[in-house]
Amino acid sequence: MQHHTKYSGFSLARHALSGHRHWPRILPDCDLRPSYDIVIIGGGGHGLATAYYLATKHEFSNVAVFESGWLGGGNTARNTAIVRSDYLLDASFGLKHLALDLWADLSQELNFNLMYSPRGYVDLAHSDGELEQFTLRANAMNLRGAKADILDLEALKTRVPQLALGDDDRFPIAGALVQERGGVVRHDAVAWGFARKAAAAGVHIFQNCPVTGFDIREGQLAGIQTALGNVDCGQAMISVAGASAKLANLAGFQLPVTPVNVQAFVTEPVKPVLDCVVNYNAGLSYVSQTDKGELVLGGATDGIHSTARRGTFNAIEDTLARATQMFPFLTRLRLMRHWSGTADMTMDGNAIVGDTPVGGLKINAGWGYAGFKATPAVGHEMAALLAGGQTTDLLKPFSLDRFETGALIDDAGIGPYPWLH
Amino acid sequence: MLLIPCPNCGARDQSEFAYGGLRAPLPPLDASIGDWHTAVHLRSGEMPVREELWYHACGCERWIVVSRNLTTHEFAPKDAS
Repeated sequence: MQHHTKYSGFSLARHALSGHRHWPRILPDCDLRPSYDIVIIGGGGHGLATAYYLATKHEFSNVAVFESGWLGGGNTARNTAIVRSDYLLDASFGLKHLALDLWADLSQELNFNLMYSPRGYVDLAHSDGELEQFTLRANAMNLRGAKADILDLEALKTRVPQLALGDDDRFPIAGALVQERGGVVRHDAVAWGFARKAAAAGVHIFQNCPVTGFDIREGQLAGIQTALGNVDCGQAMISVAGASAKLANLAGFQLPVTPVNVQAFVTEPVKPVLDCVVNYNAGLSYVSQTDKGELVLGGATDGIHSTARRGTFNAIEDTLARATQMFPFLTRLRLMRHWSGTADMTMDGNAIVGDTPVGGLKINAGWGYAGFKATPAVGHEMAALLAGGQTTDLLKPFSLDRFETGALIDDAGIGPYPWLH
Repeated sequence: MLLIPCPNCGARDQSEFAYGGLRAPLPPLDASIGDWHTAVHLRSGEMPVREELWYHACGCERWIVVSRNLTTHEFAPKDAS
């Protein structure tokens, strides 16, 4: 039986005396049971958070998580770690704001340092019209209890003095929306923290174990096939980001999602230069600095469908051109690392969470490149759905059938062009 | 950067093109809501190679059809239509 150590200053000192050789592993080995009450397909942040809340809040411990790669190897650790809830539409706002409330206490609750840093999220507007639209969004947030400020140029100069605010820029900055509670969370720790506590509560977590098929009888889920063997289960959740459409096909239905490539970059580490997250909106480019000193940069998607997990140069050039226009000092830094992930983009740019045409099988997909910030909220609400059988109010708008009924949640008003969201 | 085989201009840099997405046949205008839903929204996950539309904005200014592998990014040209 695995010994579970509480992380603390005391345990750190105790293990230091023995040269840190005896730390217990985060995940115990476990043998596959012939049957589970609930199976989670996909060991990313969303899946592991769901397993954690199922085991701790709803007392379901006969739960298994199957991950085809390794924990924190998919989109959970391929994002730029930003969390925020600056959304205009009720549906988009609700889940992400619940997540912000949960992030605040999760490090203590999980006994794992997620390094939630509410350092402020600064969203730049490039025209008076855009700033007015941001003011509408800020007012909507304030009415719903999330604090947002609109900064004019003078105030912005004080908040982010590093910004280039010249009039002669191609896309001069007119002001900004700031959500001070937004910030960053150490993303791989989210996977490990949820996994460790879920495993301690009895959840079985299997890495390097892809799900290869479903056993569906008369429209009802009866079991799933995995690389380790078959298991019986009455309920399962698909939470596999870029592979969502593939898994849905295995279960015999189609999703309104297409895979799109997204890239991110890290510069060499430098001394502290930036104490908030800044997002450039003419095009898209977002920048923050890690505790190690690297600047993390991300941009829009590559704009074309791809499952390659490698990017195209024009998207790199676009993102960096915008970043250096914001912060000219960035031109003197070299990029150290660069990576890509496959985002499953839906036809309205928003997620699909809830029931599928197969009884007992739930879906959590289509988060595109905006899923990380919602991680604990999705786990919290999906666990309630799986345990109680009722779709919660926060999840209702994200139903799969909204594409057929026309109740789309298109934050940007773009239409069914997933590569443009 | 992709090198896209334009049937009119030859292989050209991706930056000359605008992306048009999957080339999918549309149902007739009087088709049912369900048929339109399937055509506009639903996508099969098992399509490594597929035909898609690109607009050669900085070349022949025509929509072209190419077949591309989504995982390897390999192209095979198709006749314009």
